[in-house]
Amino acid sequence: MNIPLPMFVVVPLVAAFVLPAFGRRLKPLATLIANLVTLFLLVLAVASVGTPAVYEVGGWSIPLGINMVLDGLSSLLLLAISVVSAAAMLFSARYMEQYTAKPKYLSLFLLMVAGMNGVVLSGDIFNLYVFLEIASIASYALVGFGCEHEELEASFKYMVLGSIASAFILFGVALVYANTGSLNMAYIADAIGRMGTNVGLTLALSLFIAGFGLKAALVPFHAWLPDAHPSAPAPISAMLSGVLIKALGVYALARLIFNLFGVSVALGWLLVGLGLASMIAGGLLAIGQWDFKRLLAYSSISQIGYVILGLGLGALLMAQNANPAWAALAILGGLFHLANHAVYKSLLFLTSGSVELATGTREMRKMGGLGDRMPVTRAACAVASASIAGVPPFPGFWSKLILVIAAVQAGFYWIAVAIVAVAVCTLIMYLKVHRYVFLGELPPDLQTVRENKGSILFAMAGLTCVCALMGLLVLVPSLRSSVLDPAVSVLTDGVQSSTHLMSP
Amino acid sequence: MAYTLCFLLFMIGLYCAVVKKNMVKIVLGIMIMEYAVNLFLIMLGYFHDGVAPIIDRSEFDAQTQTVTAQFLNSSVDPLPQALVLTSIVISLGSLALLISICIRTYEKYGTFDITEIRRLRG
Repeated sequence: MNIPLPMFVVVPLVAAFVLPAFGRRLKPLATLIANLVTLFLLVLAVASVGTPAVYEVGGWSIPLGINMVLDGLSSLLLLAISVVSAAAMLFSARYMEQYTAKPKYLSLFLLMVAGMNGVVLSGDIFNLYVFLEIASIASYALVGFGCEHEELEASFKYMVLGSIASAFILFGVALVYANTGSLNMAYIADAIGRMGTNVGLTLALSLFIAGFGLKAALVPFHAWLPDAHPSAPAPISAMLSGVLIKALGVYALARLIFNLFGVSVALGWLLVGLGLASMIAGGLLAIGQWDFKRLLAYSSISQIGYVILGLGLGALLMAQNANPAWAALAILGGLFHLANHAVYKSLLFLTSGSVELATGTREMRKMGGLGDRMPVTRAACAVASASIAGVPPFPGFWSKLILVIAAVQAGFYWIAVAIVAVAVCTLIMYLKVHRYVFLGELPPDLQTVRENKGSILFAMAGLTCVCALMGLLVLVPSLRSSVLDPAVSVLTDGVQSSTHLMSP
Repeated sequence: MAYTLCFLLFMIGLYCAVVKKNMVKIVLGIMIMEYAVNLFLIMLGYFHDGVAPIIDRSEFDAQTQTVTAQFLNSSVDPLPQALVLTSIVISLGSLALLISICIRTYEKYGTFDITEIRRLRG
């Protein structure tokens, strides 16, 4: 089936412009429309799996006009974005009743989805920058949506660092255009392949790594994330941690390094170093947190480290001309961990939102014994925690196992040890969550707490099912060859992956 | 030389955004960075004595549907100009949001000094 690619961007964009016009009386209708849009995008994303496509906007042929490219990596990211956004939108239907101006919230949400879909589909680097800015500006506004002291402060911090990152990225785009004379990814890859790198391109690459590293919250660029993600409303935290840092940061970085500039040993080590630093620093900082959402935010930094480590290991092995199967295995581990993290971290943020809505606090020391009162939330949190900590047979176990096997086969035993050590660290932090939130004595002021109802439960239950079944993606060969393997081969093909798009 | 000055402007903006304590000055620093990038983009396409990239009827060969080589060699590159228009619109959007967040924060805290606005740890 041939999917018209602009639908992924146009449908949420149009809905985002229409929804703010809905007044207070039409609020249920606005909620319904927004949910239908995210469900429609989910159906489109599922239908588009396994059908690579190219769309030329306005009929202009490729080096001249704007084009959208759907390949394996894009469809993996599209799937993750649409699953998480459908669940978060369903969750917000009830959760966002406590805020005013719900239609404006729905509009910003859809704007963010449109921006992310645009980033993963874009075929030239300037449009990637434009869509990245659409998604970023919507997310700055959403972080500050509550307009309270902490939210405004976090939003300002996030916006300042995000704008600096955007300026870096635009400077990088300008330098690439100056040195290659093209903005189209396929033509840039071809030009860099022919003439090699020079000073300008190296400067551009370092600007890209700093810019996208800031967007992906890699250590040492992570300072904004632990403030911004907990301050946002819970469904938005789920979107930010679940997919935004991946679509804007990890995806863009992987696309540029693997498909445009080409891998090298130095770049591989740089990615491995960034990944290890994020894994360890995020993991250690998370254990000491007492704010539920802040702990989850630090743990996001740690888990993003796994993804970057997998990609970096793959890049390193490719650059060293080692066995290509090992490189493919490392990249498979990284990408599978990316998909897993999108699902279980957004589920964890949704459960934290459910707990916060029921108890009115995020401080874990003030909670306890909620397990009996909120059985569904507890079950969802247990599945997601088991998955993130790597308990077999949950999917987080398989992705970490793949990374460990790849590291051992390549001879980097100390990396395998680090992966296992951080997994233990993760287990400790989630045991702490369960100990203080769901087990123990019920404090006197929380005696009347009840489980949330309606769409909140449906969203959590749906995402829990997806989370429990994610392991099938890598265990069932037919699913793996249709979803994960095309994504891996896009990265292992390196700079050759897009040259077929060039007009003869 | 001109490129070095442009890079210097970018660095001044970065310095201002990172070091200054006043929220409005931070916003100004970010804007200086974005203008430096816009300036860089414009300079990429510009060269001395270049003409505007608008095709005249005399420079267009209707039979071969091509433009004369003399026009191609004397006109400036129009693509960076289109990019700059887009990027100015984007920076306008983010400037509006930044300033409105500054104003809301001032209403809450009564100060623009970020060292006094520290409810969040870390």
